Amino acid sequence: MGANSSIAVDAHDLVKVFPRGHVRALDGVSLEVEAGTILGLLGPNGAGKTTAVRILSTIIGPDSGHATILGHDVVKEADTVRRIIGLAGQNAAVDDYLTGRENIRMVGRLSHMSWKSVGARADELLETFGLTDAGNRVLKTYSGGMRRRLDLAAALVAQPPILFLDEPTTGLDPQSRQDLWRVIEGLVAEGTTVLLTTQYLEEADRLARDIVVIDHGRVIAQGTPAQLKADLGTSVVSVTLADAGTAQRAAVLLAPLSAQPPLVEGATVDLTVDDGPKVAVEVLRSLDSAALSLAGLALREPSLDDVFLTLTGHKAEVANDGGTPA
Amino acid sequence: MTTITVATRPTEAPAGHRLRFMFADMITVTWRNLLALTRIPEALFFTTLQPIMFVLLFRYVFGGAIPIPGGIPYVDYMMPGIFVQAVMFGAVGTSVGLAEDLQKGLIERFRALPMARSAVLAGRTTADAVRNVFVVLIMTGVAFAVGFRINTTVVDYVLGAALLVAFAYSMSWGFAAIGLAAPNSETAQVMAFPILIPLTFASTAFVPIQALPGWLQVFARHQPVSVVINGARSLMVGGYYHSTSSLWYALLWIAALLIVLVPLGVWRYRKTS
Ligand SMILES: Nc1ncnc2c1ncn2[C@@H]1O[C@H](COP(=O)(O)OP(=O)(O)OP(=O)(O)O)[C@@H](O)[C@H]1O
Ligand SMILES: [Mg+2]
Repeated sequence: MGANSSIAVDAHDLVKVFPRGHVRALDGVSLEVEAGTILGLLGPNGAGKTTAVRILSTIIGPDSGHATILGHDVVKEADTVRRIIGLAGQNAAVDDYLTGRENIRMVGRLSHMSWKSVGARADELLETFGLTDAGNRVLKTYSGGMRRRLDLAAALVAQPPILFLDEPTTGLDPQSRQDLWRVIEGLVAEGTTVLLTTQYLEEADRLARDIVVIDHGRVIAQGTPAQLKADLGTSVVSVTLADAGTAQRAAVLLAPLSAQPPLVEGATVDLTVDDGPKVAVEVLRSLDSAALSLAGLALREPSLDDVFLTLTGHKAEVANDGGTPA
Repeated sequence: MTTITVATRPTEAPAGHRLRFMFADMITVTWRNLLALTRIPEALFFTTLQPIMFVLLFRYVFGGAIPIPGGIPYVDYMMPGIFVQAVMFGAVGTSVGLAEDLQKGLIERFRALPMARSAVLAGRTTADAVRNVFVVLIMTGVAFAVGFRINTTVVDYVLGAALLVAFAYSMSWGFAAIGLAAPNSETAQVMAFPILIPLTFASTAFVPIQALPGWLQVFARHQPVSVVINGARSLMVGGYYHSTSSLWYALLWIAALLIVLVPLGVWRYRKTS
């Protein structure tokens, strides 16, 4: 393990600056995807996920740093790289005036598949994505989720060994999301390597072997889902108070119960802890003895929000003097 | 295991293959653009209607007012001019279409595919040329209905029409560069007009060169639209307008435009992200 040959996607110190708007979209991102596994790239809006995917799929070049796909440089050997990758971008890149089948065929033909194999493959993919009945309709008549699925189908047409999926399940209903997860798992079981970006920790948790979290163009955390959660605590105790002022006072009161600072949003206080049920009992006890009335209490898995909030501190954390006059 | 075998698959394609793929990719993109065209009946309808209106307008509104040297009916004189205007409008379609592809994110997808870099532009300009052939056919029909007659031979006439379509094709590459530089498809059209209007109207398309003010004559005599029209008139009208030299001049302009505008379009495409 760890031998270089098993690394399918290898990015080193990628930097990308967009002069318009003076945005440093990527500020030295490095990541590795082992062959035959899924890497989940997580990050809040504007973190640089799409920029990273666009560089790895040869659409734009990095300002500095370099990346290879199965050993081929994305800049110097872009043509070779294009023959081994499949890309489903964040926004469905499909032709509204072609039918679903024609869209898939076009991408297949442009990937230099023969007419014959492209036809059979299109039928197969339409079936996989539940679009057989809609296959002969122009995309103008598709719903958002259908377009998304067709876009994914088109990305798979040439059976690329490396797949880049930029937020593949955004806009899909729960059933379609589950279906897509199964499709992706099936591909990986056959040896495909996948880099997917997502806003959902649940998704990364379910699919990814490794997770890289980026923010402001920098990697702020990486590891397996289990490692990240262990760092973070395994559950969240979410307490809702009567109002925001009370919540601030409760946060100060409850802070000692968690290693992480409590997060206050409106009338809700979130505590990330290791032993949820035990802390929940202590929360009830503390609030009761302080005579703060409780509007709700929930125990849940940490969400991506919690990961971001803890790692990036983007949203306001409660300060020690956070108490407001009652 | 699978990944290992796949990993060794990609190799540089030999030059012969590259050329074949270049052609195949262009055909695929052309096919896609033409298919899309037939799926927008409104566009098809107005693509047809506009040239018909031009023919009728110039024939019946301006037709009588313009004296023409060479003793031929104005309808015969103006027909190549109207044709050139119609195919130039068609060439502007290239810029609008590419701006749309860019907006829809299709170009983004194309850039991650192993297709020939030239195919997006070559396929678009070819499809627009095919559309222009269709436009010229319709206009010919309408022109005959309102009294236009071929004074040369059918072959000459077809060659003249081909010259116009070839000219529009060369201009398409320039409009392609504009479409790729435009922020959206509406703006792409507006950006093309400052090139389109002076070229088509400060020309011999609708009036003889003598009817223009002196200072404009120099420009109007040598600018490509006039030159190509003169070439087309030589073939389609003949007689007084026959001129082998203007034919060569027209071909020279088309070649020069292709030499400059094709690399310009490709450069712009490579630069677009
Ligand atoms: N073409 C561009 N020109 C200028 N700025 C850009 C461009 N593309 C991206 N950016 C900026 O770069 C930063 C990173 O953008 P990117 O699209 O990579 O984020 P993201 O992580 O994919 O976000 P999201 O979750 O919203 O999709 C943002 O600040 C964005 O505004
Ligand atoms: Mg994005």
